[in-house]
Amino acid sequence: MKKIEAIIRLSRFELIREALAEIDVRFFTLSEVKGFGLQRGETLTYRGSVYDADYIARLQLDILCPDEKVSDIVDAIVSAGRTGKVGDGKITIIDVDQVIRIRNSETDESALS
Amino acid sequence: MEAVFTVNNLWILVATVLVFVMHLGFAMLEAGFVQRKNVVNILFKNAMIISIGLLTYYLVGFQLMYPPDEGLIANIMGYFAPFDWSGGAISNYGEAAADGTAYTGYSDFIFQGMFAATCATIVSGAVAERIKLVPFLVFASIFVAIIYPIIGMWGWGGGWLADLDFKDFAGSSLVHAAGGFAALAAVLLLGPRRGKYRKDGGTTAMPGHSMPLAAMGVFLLWFGWFGFNGGSVLSADPNAVSLVFVTTSLAAAAGAIGAFIMSYALFKTYDLSMVLNGILGGLVGITASADVVTGNSAIAIGFIAGLIIPLSIVAFDKYLKIDDPVGATSVHGVCGIWGTIAVGIFGIGDFSLGTQIMGTLAIGGFAFIASFTIMGIIKAVVGIRVSETEEIKGLDVGEHDMHAYSLKEDGVFQLTAE
Repeated sequence: MKKIEAIIRLSRFELIREALAEIDVRFFTLSEVKGFGLQRGETLTYRGSVYDADYIARLQLDILCPDEKVSDIVDAIVSAGRTGKVGDGKITIIDVDQVIRIRNSETDESALS
Repeated sequence: MEAVFTVNNLWILVATVLVFVMHLGFAMLEAGFVQRKNVVNILFKNAMIISIGLLTYYLVGFQLMYPPDEGLIANIMGYFAPFDWSGGAISNYGEAAADGTAYTGYSDFIFQGMFAATCATIVSGAVAERIKLVPFLVFASIFVAIIYPIIGMWGWGGGWLADLDFKDFAGSSLVHAAGGFAALAAVLLLGPRRGKYRKDGGTTAMPGHSMPLAAMGVFLLWFGWFGFNGGSVLSADPNAVSLVFVTTSLAAAAGAIGAFIMSYALFKTYDLSMVLNGILGGLVGITASADVVTGNSAIAIGFIAGLIIPLSIVAFDKYLKIDDPVGATSVHGVCGIWGTIAVGIFGIGDFSLGTQIMGTLAIGGFAFIASFTIMGIIKAVVGIRVSETEEIKGLDVGEHDMHAYSLKEDGVFQLTAE
């Protein structure tokens, strides 16, 4: 089992969601996240003073899946999420030891869908 | 004649209600221009100032501003006494109207009382986000109870400026410059917000948390200004009141255009906060002369006030390093002086430019010195500034243990049905 964490652009969320639905990913967790780094947010002005938005806004998808599905999901996110410009985000794939569904204590593969 | 009296008196009461709405306008404008961590604090101050203002004006202000007798002492200081309740009612409306009386003593008091409170509200925006609550309220009480009535008496209560034929129709100087220069004194004693001026000499932008609130505040102020200026006719005279409506609105509109052009020239962007301040600058500017200028002159006065606004705000903010979150010193102080001087340039009638300049400088100077003295004493005795920690956390939590916007809105803490 793997957990796929994908940081994506806000503007690409709808496309990625459709792409994931097509390959039958039924559920994922979505978070609003903020990135800080050398690349700054948009330049803004207020009453004559110029400032940067402090952070870069992105979304994070957390998807749990069986090993054999990882490459499909990665392909879907990459093809739907890519603009080719700096800031398209990253996908991280993490090994998962155990998954337990709280509702009925189902574990592992049967708890994934 | 009774009907005439009734109409006149009713208009003064309607104007009173309009001036009352300006307090909502100030509250929304100031709330919009501060950071979200200080919104409860600024609203608290606004709620207290209208209340303190009316009470102190009843207790001493009104009689100090409109002393019943002439004479040297009355001419400089007025009298310390509560509003004379026996002077409230009118016994015969018809006779009163024939004598040229347009309203009851009660109407007079409540209309003037609403004005007095606006003057102190001007200060609250400039000192926002860092002043201690109670010391500020002590200052505001003394300001509305004594300083504003003394200044008002000079021009409107038969004082020395009235004797010199100084013209300030509804208070470009007597209300707005007085408030603006009191604000300047307070800001100088208080210092800038933490982090506003960086060690490298740069200025940090501290954006207001809600432009919709600020815009609503300015529209409400424009709305209320129909009463502020229109009521200052002191009767429902059809020509005079409608003329004042026209000049007031033309100046506000021209102020918006002036600020739009100048702020684009300076910043190469369309800064909403500047256009909002420009509208207010135009309104403050026309307030001294609204009943004695033509439409063309009103547009010129408002347009120039609008051009002044971005220049003045940048001069205070970036070069003099005087941190005024809402621009009160520019809107009320600088445009108040401009409006008063403009009477000498555009006013139809016998107005002396010299008297106008002298009068507005005397008013601004007195308001500044008196406020600096009072605020200076309060600063020396109890301190006027919140602690560094409190300023960083925000005055809402620091002074009031409360958030303006519940943290539950941020999502994590939101509990829904499932």
